Amino acid sequence: MGFLKTKNKSELIFDIIIYTVCALVFLVIAYPLYFVIIASVSDSTLVSTGKVLLFPKGFSLFGYQEIFQDSRIWIGYRNTMIYALGGTFVNLLFTLPAAYALSRQEFRARRPLMFFFVFTMFFNGGLIPTYLLMKDLSMIDTMWVFIFNPVTVNVFNLIITRTFFESTIPNEMYEAAIMDGCNHFKFFTKIVLPLSKAVISVIGLYYLVWHWNDFFTGLIYIRDYSLQPLQIVLRDILISNQVFAEGAGSTGSGYAQRYADQVKYGVIIVSTLPILVVYPFLQKYFEKGVMIGSVKG
Amino acid sequence: MPFINSQTNKADNIPIIPLQKKKTIFNTFKRDYQLWLLILPAIVCVIIFNYIPMYGIQLAFREYDFTAGLTGGEWVGLKYFEQFINSHMFIDLLKNTVVLSLTTILIGFPAPIILALLINQIRWKRGKKILQTTVYLPHFISIVVLVGLLNVLLSPNTGILGLLVNKLGFEDLNLLASTKSFVPVYVLSDVWQHVGWNSIIYLAALSSVDPQLYDAAKIDGANRWQIIRNVEIPAIIPTIIILLILNMGHIISTGFEKIFLMQNSLNLPVSEVIETYVYKIGIISNQFSYAAAIGLFNTLINFTLLLLMNYIAKRTSKISLW
Repeated sequence: MGFLKTKNKSELIFDIIIYTVCALVFLVIAYPLYFVIIASVSDSTLVSTGKVLLFPKGFSLFGYQEIFQDSRIWIGYRNTMIYALGGTFVNLLFTLPAAYALSRQEFRARRPLMFFFVFTMFFNGGLIPTYLLMKDLSMIDTMWVFIFNPVTVNVFNLIITRTFFESTIPNEMYEAAIMDGCNHFKFFTKIVLPLSKAVISVIGLYYLVWHWNDFFTGLIYIRDYSLQPLQIVLRDILISNQVFAEGAGSTGSGYAQRYADQVKYGVIIVSTLPILVVYPFLQKYFEKGVMIGSVKG
Repeated sequence: MPFINSQTNKADNIPIIPLQKKKTIFNTFKRDYQLWLLILPAIVCVIIFNYIPMYGIQLAFREYDFTAGLTGGEWVGLKYFEQFINSHMFIDLLKNTVVLSLTTILIGFPAPIILALLINQIRWKRGKKILQTTVYLPHFISIVVLVGLLNVLLSPNTGILGLLVNKLGFEDLNLLASTKSFVPVYVLSDVWQHVGWNSIIYLAALSSVDPQLYDAAKIDGANRWQIIRNVEIPAIIPTIIILLILNMGHIISTGFEKIFLMQNSLNLPVSEVIETYVYKIGIISNQFSYAAAIGLFNTLINFTLLLLMNYIAKRTSKISLW
């Protein structure tokens, strides 16, 4: 922007203030995350007396050992993995074709259908009618409730995708394809989808993260312990303070208490790890996705 | 309406398919049947999981009957609404819900705007990138992990922040179990988690500001603070208004999951909100009709506020959702 050329005293002060505030924001947001990592591999007595601040002290992997011995974590992990992959697949299967149809200018029912979807963003039946519907459909205590629910077609993602199709697939391309004897199905699968990797990654990630973090469905609709997703298991360990049923944690209450926090720090990391692994690869798409969606909210 | 408006045809540019034919609904359906098939699964899904529950709202006016299902049961009118409004919980629930949502909006809404303006001022590219990556990150942490994080960090005996607070002299203050600290902890942790993510949309709006405006402002002798005030803030006002309208619609439906997870017997006087109460009455105690009425009360206030905000915005700034 050329600001750098005209650097005078007041500009410099302005810069110093900006960078100081930014550094503070960075520290406030980054430090708790960093602290969890170092606390999870430090001696829990040193952590609880405030001695672990910048680097791990009294290195120990005890927390992780406990976690890997606990079968509940693994059941939760496995369940969530199934729900997240299956759920995201269904989400995309429903959202992408619908977004394509809504993106076609010549589609007569386009506007009323858009209203039909958008209305659900502002008005809903509420918890009890939804719960009773699931009950009537016999979906309670099944894995299906994680996959088919009011969020299966997320309207926000639908709008993002529709806007992306509208703004990146030129109408000339459709005309040319029609000339060559293409129909909507072929055009959608052979041309639109391969050209839309960016938006598919973005909404795929949104859906995946939603499923991974979904605590509500497990809380409301699932009683059977073997079907519980990871987030419910995490709630039991992190918030309800349930001591590990298996492993060394159960041998004595004082002992368990002492290590409970280290286990908690470890659990936080183990459960968030998959998202942190995918994050850097998809980060470049975030802004693009939000920007595309915001053009025509 | 697109069904009958012939003007839209010209702009549509549809090749080959002759438009001279009479546009009866049947003809357009015949032409668009492939698009209908593509959108059908989504329509069916939304009807079943979003619209049937709306239809089921009438449960709030009926006596729930296990054998009659969602919309059966004897009609009782406003009985359950009266019961809720006259119950001793009503004032407290309403107050807690409004206080929590208003504070969240008051603190949480301007925060990402300020952050976006701040990030936009950074000219050190690498630093900007690192800051953005970091501030987006907490958004992807689950609610359970976030509350778990609060629990371990704020614990008065073993948590690092809890220890800090104690050192500062608030010795008897347990941040997790006090009626005084519940709202600040809830709101500030919410800002911590979402401020970065919510700033993206403002950054996007800022990036589309015409560079000529910056140049013109500089020629006029504007300093950077004046550019922020007179160029950048006006440029993001439309985005701010749209997001404010959307947020107002949620004023009374605060995050159920987070409040529910942060609740304990000591902070319950300020942490019981309408949504957590609906869960307890409906799912835990099986009083379906009563809970549905309370839930509907909540939804109606939400919806009214949304309409009201939209109307005000339309009248004052000509910006609206529809």
